[in-house]
Amino acid sequence: MAWSIHTYANPTRFMNFSAIVLPYVWALAGAGIGIGLYLSFFVAPPDYQQGDSVRIMFVHVPSAWLSQFGYGIMVVSSIVALIFRHPLADVAAKSAAPIGAVFTFLALVAGGLWGKPMWGTYWVWDARTTSTLVLLFIYLGYMALWAMIEDPNRAARVAAVLAIVGAVNLPIIRFSVDWWNTLHQPASVFRLDGPTIHSSLLWPLFVVALGFTFFFIGVLMVRMRAEILRRKVRTLQMQQAAA
Amino acid sequence: MNAFFALVQREVRLATRVGGGGGMAVFFFLIVLSIVPFGIGPDLNLLTRIAPGMLWVALLLSALLTLDRLFQADQEDGTLDLLVLAPQPLELTVLAKAVSHWLTTGLPLVIAAPILGLMLNLPLDGMLPLMGAMLIGSPALSLLGAVGAALSVGVRRGGLLISLLVLPFYVPVLIFGVSASRAALVAVPGDLGGQSLALLGAVSLASLVVGPVGGAAALRVAVK
Repeated sequence: MAWSIHTYANPTRFMNFSAIVLPYVWALAGAGIGIGLYLSFFVAPPDYQQGDSVRIMFVHVPSAWLSQFGYGIMVVSSIVALIFRHPLADVAAKSAAPIGAVFTFLALVAGGLWGKPMWGTYWVWDARTTSTLVLLFIYLGYMALWAMIEDPNRAARVAAVLAIVGAVNLPIIRFSVDWWNTLHQPASVFRLDGPTIHSSLLWPLFVVALGFTFFFIGVLMVRMRAEILRRKVRTLQMQQAAA
Repeated sequence: MNAFFALVQREVRLATRVGGGGGMAVFFFLIVLSIVPFGIGPDLNLLTRIAPGMLWVALLLSALLTLDRLFQADQEDGTLDLLVLAPQPLELTVLAKAVSHWLTTGLPLVIAAPILGLMLNLPLDGMLPLMGAMLIGSPALSLLGAVGAALSVGVRRGGLLISLLVLPFYVPVLIFGVSASRAALVAVPGDLGGQSLALLGAVSLASLVVGPVGGAAALRVAVK
């Protein structure tokens, strides 16, 4: 049989595939996060200006990356769900949303904790902070939509429309917030200590980011498996009720 | 095109007659803005500074207030099914709905804004830029709101959901709108007022595409 996107779009095949792959994903996630955190806490040198608080970056930056990665997964799955009606695509979109929201929240919290020693305040209405906050709101709205529509098939398609409309609007929001911020405060005030990061800090960052990404994929697979089982249970219950 | 105008006419008539609640949004706008001085104190200088921002925030909230009935009422009595089945493109129907929402909510609010501006001690030369910016920006509120209303058709407590879905998308309108309204009051270097007015127009034009297309896609799902 020729391999195509359809091969893994079959829920049963996905269940088998993910059961095999999951242990490896967890191992990679554990290794990435473990080694990455060791490197970032014990090997990476403290920054010459920020001292040890620069280490917050190793959690903050990968979380911020993954917050956008999560939305990307949601949008791609939503497009696939709307066009090809793949049963797995809307499961993937639904499962990715809470994980992405948590990483967005983590990025904001870690950013706040980093902001306190560096900027002297937990929260700044800086362009990037603000657009990340709006991203969090869009995640929450998307999840609320799923939670409020009972029929999963209808919820899937409505939520897919929202995700795609959000993807069209996010760049506009991003631009407007950038514009708003530069209008009010010069970027130099909130610029981090230098435009470039030294490679001794960059390497641990990549390792942690890789670990986080595998963790994301692992949780995504577990959530997708749970969602598929939940729908099976729902179908069985409805059959039972109809009989 | 006849169907388009017929639909707009029907919506406006429904809103202005008994039971339509056409004046509700303006009344809400008035109440929200009267609450502000109680919250922050009657300091006129402070009120002048925050007047454009408060007027815009109140405009967003008032526009939201009437959105939940945009498709909900038609869905309850079955009109929505007929509208979806009708020969004209569904995008045009959504556009007609958004236009009538703007005529019954956005336009009255823009007209009421200068009076409320006076209460917030907005200087007279700030009125015209404010109204102009609101006139350009408020269609975006109705158009983007139509997507939210279409997404939450048939959802219990849809009104609450609409605010969650739509408010993040209102951020650009608010930013450019306030900036354009404020340019007349505060001396800013460069021609920022004109620039933000142009960007506000761009957001409205983009919503003119996103609104009908997104709203129609959501309605097709809701009615099936």
